[in-house]
Amino acid sequence: MRHLIIVALLGLLHSLAFAFEREDEKLFSVENSRNQLRILSNTDLEYFEPLIQAYQKRNPNIGVLYTVASSKELFNAINNEQANYDVVISSAMDLQMKLVNDGLAQPHNSNVAEQMPAWARWRNLLFAFTQEPAVLLISRAGMDELQLPQNRQELISLLRDNPDHFKGRIGTYDLRISGAGYLFATQDARQSDMFWRLAEVMGALSPKLYCCSSEMIDGLQSGEIVLAYNVVGSYASAVLEHDRDGAIVPLSDYTHFMLRTALIPATAKQPELGGSFIDFLIDAQGRRLINEAAGLPPVDEVALAGSQHFRPITLGPGLLVYLDKIKRRRFLKEWTDAMVQP
Amino acid sequence: MTHHGLSSGSLGRRLLMQLLFVAAVLSALLYLAVRSVANQAAEATHDNILGASATSIAEQLSSAEEGVVIDIPYSAFSMLGAISEDRVFYRIDANNDTLTGYDNLPRPTVLPTLQAPRYYSTRFRGSRVRAVALMRVIPVNNKPVSVLVMVAQTRLGQNAITARVANTAAGLGVGFFAIAGLMSWFATRSTVRPLHTVADAISRRGAHDLRALKSPIPSELEPLVNSLNDFIVRLRGALHRTETFMAEAAHHVRTPLATVRAQAEIALRQAETDASRKTLRSVIRAVDESSRSATQLLDHAMITYRSDQLAREKFNYSALVFDVMRVLSATAELKDVALAAQVDDDIHFIGDRILIESALHNLLDNAIKYSSEDSAISLSLCRVGERVQFSVSDQGRGLAGIGQSALTERFQRGENVKDVVGSGLGLTIVEHVAEVHSGSFTILSREEGGTCATLLL
Repeated sequence: MRHLIIVALLGLLHSLAFAFEREDEKLFSVENSRNQLRILSNTDLEYFEPLIQAYQKRNPNIGVLYTVASSKELFNAINNEQANYDVVISSAMDLQMKLVNDGLAQPHNSNVAEQMPAWARWRNLLFAFTQEPAVLLISRAGMDELQLPQNRQELISLLRDNPDHFKGRIGTYDLRISGAGYLFATQDARQSDMFWRLAEVMGALSPKLYCCSSEMIDGLQSGEIVLAYNVVGSYASAVLEHDRDGAIVPLSDYTHFMLRTALIPATAKQPELGGSFIDFLIDAQGRRLINEAAGLPPVDEVALAGSQHFRPITLGPGLLVYLDKIKRRRFLKEWTDAMVQP
Repeated sequence: MTHHGLSSGSLGRRLLMQLLFVAAVLSALLYLAVRSVANQAAEATHDNILGASATSIAEQLSSAEEGVVIDIPYSAFSMLGAISEDRVFYRIDANNDTLTGYDNLPRPTVLPTLQAPRYYSTRFRGSRVRAVALMRVIPVNNKPVSVLVMVAQTRLGQNAITARVANTAAGLGVGFFAIAGLMSWFATRSTVRPLHTVADAISRRGAHDLRALKSPIPSELEPLVNSLNDFIVRLRGALHRTETFMAEAAHHVRTPLATVRAQAEIALRQAETDASRKTLRSVIRAVDESSRSATQLLDHAMITYRSDQLAREKFNYSALVFDVMRVLSATAELKDVALAAQVDDDIHFIGDRILIESALHNLLDNAIKYSSEDSAISLSLCRVGERVQFSVSDQGRGLAGIGQSALTERFQRGENVKDVVGSGLGLTIVEHVAEVHSGSFTILSREEGGTCATLLL
C-alpha cells in the first residue's frame, strides 16, 4: 500500500516536472559526452536533425537533447515552469518576444551575434536564424482557366467573382488554434484594411480552417482545396519542389516574413552551450546548412532586398499588443464573425 | 641667475596652479552640467514618448454595455520599440481592478489627475523602469468608471544616451581643461615676464651702478620699482654721505695729526733721556700710521665717489708714472731702496687720471713699505695690445700664501706685516680702480722672493 502511494507520488512529481506537452523528443548522445545541450523547439525534428548532427561534428563531446513542443506549450514551459533548457527555438515571434520582454531570456554576446542585421535580432536576447514568407498557395489544376492572383486586391476580386468555383475549396489557418496563423493575420490586419475585406469574402465561401501549414499543403495536394492563404512558404517549397501543380505566390502588395528565433532562457543551466548553438545557427556555415540540409531559408538581407514588398515582421514590443488578452479576444471575435459565417 | 635661499616658491607657478585649479573646477562643472542637462533632455524625450504611448492607448478607450472597451493600438508599443530596444510593460485598471496587462506592475504612489499624467520610476521584474500613468473617466451605463493606463519601459535606451553623453561631456571637460591649461600657461608666462625683465635689468648691473630703473613696467610693478628706485637713491645718498664723512673725518684727523707730529719731532730733538726719546719715536710712528690710514680712507672715499661719475680724459700715463716715482723717491731713499723704471715713452691713456695716480701711488708705496733695506724695486709700463700694463716688482717678504681676493678686501692685510704701518685699504683702492676702468689687477708672490703686482688697464 505504502509502495503504491510512493509510486503515485513519484508519478505526480513526474507529471508535475513534465507538465508541458511534448510532441517529440530525441537524444543525440555521443561517447564520452561531457555536456548535454538541451534544446526546446517548435520546429519538427526532421528539419533540425541534420543541423544537430553538424553541430555535433563541430563539438564532438556534446550530447544534444531535442524536445519538440507547440509554440504555446513551449511558451508555458519557460514562462510558467522554468523548464531546464539551454536554447528555446520558436517560430512564434510574438511569444518569443514576450519571453524576452518579461525578462525570461538571458543575454548572449558574441562576434557572430553582433554582426547580425539589426532587424534580425532584438538586443542581445533574441536571434533570428530563418526568414519564412507567408504565401498564397494555389493548385494550378484547380484554377481551370482562371488567372493566378498576384496581390490581395486580385485575390479578393477572384474569390468574389467566382464564388461557386471556390465555395468550400479554400483554406487558411484557424487563428484560434494556430499561433503562426494568428501572427500572420494580426500583421495583415495591421498592414491594411484589405485583410478584413478578404476575411469577409473568404468567410462567405465556407473556408476550411487548418491548424498548420503542412495540413494545408496536404489538402492542396489531395485536391481538397485549390487555394490556401498565408501558408508558411518554406514548408510549401520543400514539399512542392517536385510538384508542378502547386504554385507558390508571394503576394506583391506585401509579403510578411516570419522570423524563426532562438533565445537562451534565464533559467538555462548551461547558457554558454546555448550560446554556442545560437552562434552555430547564425554564422555563415550555419546559414548554409539551414538552407541546404534543413531546407529552411536562412536570414539573408540580400534576398529580402530583392523585392520592395518583402517585409520581415519587426521584432519588438509591438508584437506584445496582439498578445494582450483583451486585444486577442476582440481580434478573434471579429475574425470568427467574419470567417465562420452560418 | 643666482639662486636666493629665501625663495618662498615661484609666483608664476602659484599663478599657474591657481589658474589650473580654476580650469579643473570649471571643467568638472561643465562635465556635470552637460551631463545633467543631457540626462534631463533624454529623460524628457523618453517620458514624452512614454506619454504618447499611454495617450494612444487611452484614446482608444470606449465603453460598451459590458464595460470599458480597450483596444491597444499597435503603435502604442511599436513607437517605444522604434526609439530603443527597451522592454515594455503595461497595465490597465478600471475602478482598481486590473483589466489587462501586467497586474503586478506598480502603480504610482500619487495617482495622476485627469489633466496631467504622472511619470514615476520604479522597479519591475528585476529592472529599473520608467513609467507613466494616465487617468481617464469612461461612462459605462451612465456610471463613471475611472480607468488608469500605465505604460512602463526599462531604461536601457536612456542609459545608452546618458553613457554616450557622459563620454562626450568627459571629452568636452578634458578638452576644455587642456585648452584652459595651455592658455593659463601662456597667461602666466606673459604676466610674470615683466618681473623677469626687471630682475634681469637689476642683476645685469655692475656692483656700483646705482642709477634708477627706467625700463617700462606694468602698473602693478610700479610700487615695487618705485620703492626700489627710492631705495637706490637712499643707498646712493647713504654711500655718498659715508664717503663724505670719511673724507671729512680723515681730513679733520690729519690736520691735528700733522701738528702733533711736528710737536713730537721738536720734543724728540729736545729730549734728554733715551726713554723719553723712545717714547716720542713711538708717538711719531703711531701718528704716521694714523695719518697714512686717514690718507687712504680719504683716497678710498674719493675713489668710490669718483667711480660714480668717472672722468674720461686723455693723459700721459708715462709722465704719471714718473710723477708718482718722484713723489715716493724720498721715502725709497730713506730705506736705501733702489727704484729702477722701464717706462715706454709717451703712453697716452683715456681714463680717470686721479684714480689711476692713486692706484700707482698705492702700489709703489706698498712695494717700498714691504721692501727690506738695500733692496731694489723695478717698475715697468708698456703697451699690451690695446691696453696698458703697469707692474711693480719688489724683493720684499711676499704674500705668505694669502690669496689676492683676501688682500683686496677692505681693511684686510697680510699675516706677515704686523710690524709695518698699514690700513688694509691700499689694494682695495687698486682693485677698485681696475674695476671701474674695466681692467684687471693681479698680485702674486715671485718665486725668487718678493711680490709682483700688475695693473692692466
